[in-house]
Amino acid sequence: MSVATDREPAATLAPRRKRRSPMPYWLLIPAIAILVIGTGYPTVWQLTNSFREYGLRQQFGTPAPWVWFENYTTLLTDGQFWAVVLRSLIFCAVTAAMTLVIGLGIALLMTAVGRTVRLMLQISMLLAWAMPVVASMTVWTWLFDRRRGVVNYVLDKIPGVDMYRFNWLAEPFTFFMVASIIVIWMSVPFVAFSLYAGLTQVPEEVLEAADLDGATGGQRLRLIIVPIIRPVMSIVLLLQIIWDLRVFTQITILQDAGSSATEFDLLGTYIFKLGTGSQHFGMAAAASVVVLIITIIVSGGYVWRIMKEDSK
Amino acid sequence: MNARRGRRIGLSTLGVVLALIWVFPVYWMINSSFLPNRTLLRFTPTWVPFGGSFRNFKAVLEDGSFFKALGMSMAIALVVVFFAVLFAFLAAVAISRFRFRGRASFVLAVLLIQMLPAEALFIAQYKMISSVNLLNTVIGVSIIYIAAVVPFTVWMLRGFVAGVPADLEEAAMVDGLSRTKAFFRNTFPLLMPGLVASAVYAFLQAWNEFTVALVLLTKDESQTLPLWLRGFVQASATQETDWGQVMAASTLVAVPIIIFFMFVQGRMTAGLVSGAVKG
Repeated sequence: MSVATDREPAATLAPRRKRRSPMPYWLLIPAIAILVIGTGYPTVWQLTNSFREYGLRQQFGTPAPWVWFENYTTLLTDGQFWAVVLRSLIFCAVTAAMTLVIGLGIALLMTAVGRTVRLMLQISMLLAWAMPVVASMTVWTWLFDRRRGVVNYVLDKIPGVDMYRFNWLAEPFTFFMVASIIVIWMSVPFVAFSLYAGLTQVPEEVLEAADLDGATGGQRLRLIIVPIIRPVMSIVLLLQIIWDLRVFTQITILQDAGSSATEFDLLGTYIFKLGTGSQHFGMAAAASVVVLIITIIVSGGYVWRIMKEDSK
Repeated sequence: MNARRGRRIGLSTLGVVLALIWVFPVYWMINSSFLPNRTLLRFTPTWVPFGGSFRNFKAVLEDGSFFKALGMSMAIALVVVFFAVLFAFLAAVAISRFRFRGRASFVLAVLLIQMLPAEALFIAQYKMISSVNLLNTVIGVSIIYIAAVVPFTVWMLRGFVAGVPADLEEAAMVDGLSRTKAFFRNTFPLLMPGLVASAVYAFLQAWNEFTVALVLLTKDESQTLPLWLRGFVQASATQETDWGQVMAASTLVAVPIIIFFMFVQGRMTAGLVSGAVKG
């Protein structure tokens, strides 16, 4: 993608019509240059090397032979890789959907409650939002700690529930549940604030008119509020999907606290282990390309729609 | 009327409960950071840090590695903020003040590049940076960070530039100023909120980033704060984790950034939304 862009301006520099200033191209040079170096070149490297054997031996200077689709066929016939892909997709879908629903709920709540409660909500959302990811992860592993975590303590207090020394990070299912809860906690503030900003644009008179016409709460939400905040909603959802496909930091740190066996991997950690861990750079590159394709498939439609709305 | 009041009280209660849920982890971090480990070892939590002390903080700061990481984070963040904002500003001016061929493709590319998962590129970035001997340096990481931050900052700033009517400049041009002069005299001051917003965004990204730092900063002495914190937790976990100290370390990393964030957030949210909504 970035390759296409950096070629674009150069190809169009030829004066097509009189009085076309070359100024905008000059202004774009620094941005394009840094993108070509930081993003474009690695993308091209990734693509080419996904077709080569690039392992430990190549690290020491042996030339990397072209193997074409061998890395891909190895990867795509590997059940473990598919398990990781599937897990990542489910994790992403569940987490992004929950984040959007809870974020919208809190945004609506902010418009419905009095000023004091709204301020409380806003301050606590801001505090959570401001937390650096690694610090949040550290606190959450402490909260979910098997022996002295507050979560086990509180749940254990519920009559009939035995959570004493329950190890959340021992099983993949509860491990990813914890990961999802943490990611939702981190992402909701941004969603809630963006949607709240969108909601304040909904004109009061329209809502009053709907009230007079006897619209129910659900109808108001579906027929008036959602259509008005749809642009913000689709951008926010797109960002969540992209972010939740790449939850590398959170999973890495949870694995520090639990286990780093491959049942606990999502795509990010899987590629990381393949590359820096076992030095299979060619395979890791192929896996990265697959991730890229998945990202494009999952969010491509959205980007298209947003672009179309944008150009209107 | 009564049902309405009941509903209002119900919603307010829900709001308060949600506020408490979201703030609790932050509170818990600070609370635990003041408590000695032997208090934290009890199954029954200590909810308020009565009888707490700064001993955990002292222990964490003792070997000076925190300040080294702080310096590294600062250096990287400043380099990233300066160049990312400068480059993005120039690009934003180009796409919102000029019509030219390739403009639409550039905007599209900016959007698409944001979709590239960093996790799909770090292997190549590692190879690239190591081949030019920039592993464990401020410059190496900064190059990748600037490239990662520029697309979104362009996106954000273009909303601000487009929000200032070009008439202002044209009026000044009628008075005999050059276009560039007119721009810097009339438009630039109005862009300050946008520049601050994107600087804040770039700063926070660079300050909190973990993945690329993990890959490119392999030596202990070149760690940034997130890497340092993770290392601290890992070191503590080799024995019985000292949660008091671990939470003190987290607090040291988090609280300054929370305070900073509280000061600047209003501008940031405004920036995010205006970039996303305006053409």
